[in-house]
Amino acid sequence: MKVTLHVWRQAGPAAPGRFVRYDMTDVSPDMSFLEMLDVLNQQLIARREEPIAFDHDCREGICGACGMVINGRPHGPQRATTACQLHMRTFPDGAELWIEPWRARAFPLIKDLVVDRGALDRIVQAGGFITVRTGSAPEANAIPVPKRDADLAMDAAACIGCGACVAACPNASAMLFVAAKVSHLGLLPQGQPERSTRVANLVAQMDAEGFGACTNHGECMAACPKEISIDFIARLNRDYIKAAISHEG
Amino acid sequence: MTPPVAAHAPATPRLVRSLIGKKVIMAITGVILLLFVIAHLLGNLKVFQGAEHFNAYAEGLRTLGAPFFPRGSLLWVARVVLLVAVGAHIWAAIVVTRASWGARPVGYHALEAVETTYAARTMRWGGVIIVLYVIYHLLDFTFGRVNPSFVPGDVYHNVIASFRAWPVSAGYGVAMVVVGLHVYHGLWSAFQTLGLNRPPTVRWRRGVAGMVAGLITAGYIAIPVAVLAGVLR
Repeated sequence: MKVTLHVWRQAGPAAPGRFVRYDMTDVSPDMSFLEMLDVLNQQLIARREEPIAFDHDCREGICGACGMVINGRPHGPQRATTACQLHMRTFPDGAELWIEPWRARAFPLIKDLVVDRGALDRIVQAGGFITVRTGSAPEANAIPVPKRDADLAMDAAACIGCGACVAACPNASAMLFVAAKVSHLGLLPQGQPERSTRVANLVAQMDAEGFGACTNHGECMAACPKEISIDFIARLNRDYIKAAISHEG
Repeated sequence: MTPPVAAHAPATPRLVRSLIGKKVIMAITGVILLLFVIAHLLGNLKVFQGAEHFNAYAEGLRTLGAPFFPRGSLLWVARVVLLVAVGAHIWAAIVVTRASWGARPVGYHALEAVETTYAARTMRWGGVIIVLYVIYHLLDFTFGRVNPSFVPGDVYHNVIASFRAWPVSAGYGVAMVVVGLHVYHGLWSAFQTLGLNRPPTVRWRRGVAGMVAGLITAGYIAIPVAVLAGVLR
């Protein structure tokens, strides 16, 4: 199949960027989207041009490294799918594809399609963990967890931190990411001791990073490759309000 | 780069300082304003009971609480509460909007809308339209400046006089559709912002918001429609 690509090319953080057109022929419909970019990069290298920089790691849809906006949709048009798991057969022959990086003040652009998502790491460092000695894994049934809570916590823990929620949000808000991180620990017994300080710190760090505010469009949920629900955002709000009311500093 | 707050600040949730806190202020003041909009509608619908009842209701608002409270005092309490709520609502909206507009300095070539609604996308400018509408509305029925034949105290007459002009009625109709859209997304969002999403709430909150918004729009529009149709004269 043939595809026409318009790829955002930008040499560095301060360099001017622009869309560059690439016409690709002989693209296999069975290629993943990233494999198609690999093939293009090989062609660029053969032509002694600079290959397109893009993030990728596991290519199994579980690591959260890849991510680009394809035709206005983070990770492309297929629901619950990361860019690496997206296949070219998703697109019609002769498709015209606009490929852009995540756009947010909190995600400064490094090169081409690569952005610095360190803001998400700093949010997690602010309290997205439980403070215990790890050691060997404890007996799984030592602390009983209701099935409903375990399922909900697992739904939240499915977040791979790719940042598609921020990229899709009309406000560039990171609420879905923070909601997932707050919820998966807040739903479990092990997360209780630090529950209120955790939500306070994560929210403070989120605001400090310069993300926008949630206005309940729900675009994050539609873009999330793990289909994390905005119900978790309501849970985050509830936890934050509770923490603010009951905090004993 | 901003170092993680855990490293340099004690963990105190600062509700009003945070963006979430501003949304909470917006939700609470929004609910206060929504309750006013509902009460105002129920009062306005008395126009269908005729001039005598309607004017008595308007007078009743001023003598509310008599003989314990002086004339108009409780009305002023309500007005102050509403003014504070409107001020806080708009202040929070401006802070939140500025944060969001600043959060994406470089835009997309295209960002497709998948999940959002027309109501959600028109909240900000819809809010501006509602402010302009309320100014006109006060000039029309409270101050009588733009009313074609304002008679202080004869509320029924003022309503009929204003709505007989079809452009005025049409303008009110459009404004009420904007209010309905604002209420639909606003009420649903208030549930979300205040964290009210436990079952079974989570299942009916969008439906309830839609119903409340629809009834408000339909109820308010019924008045100019009835005037133009000659039902109210």
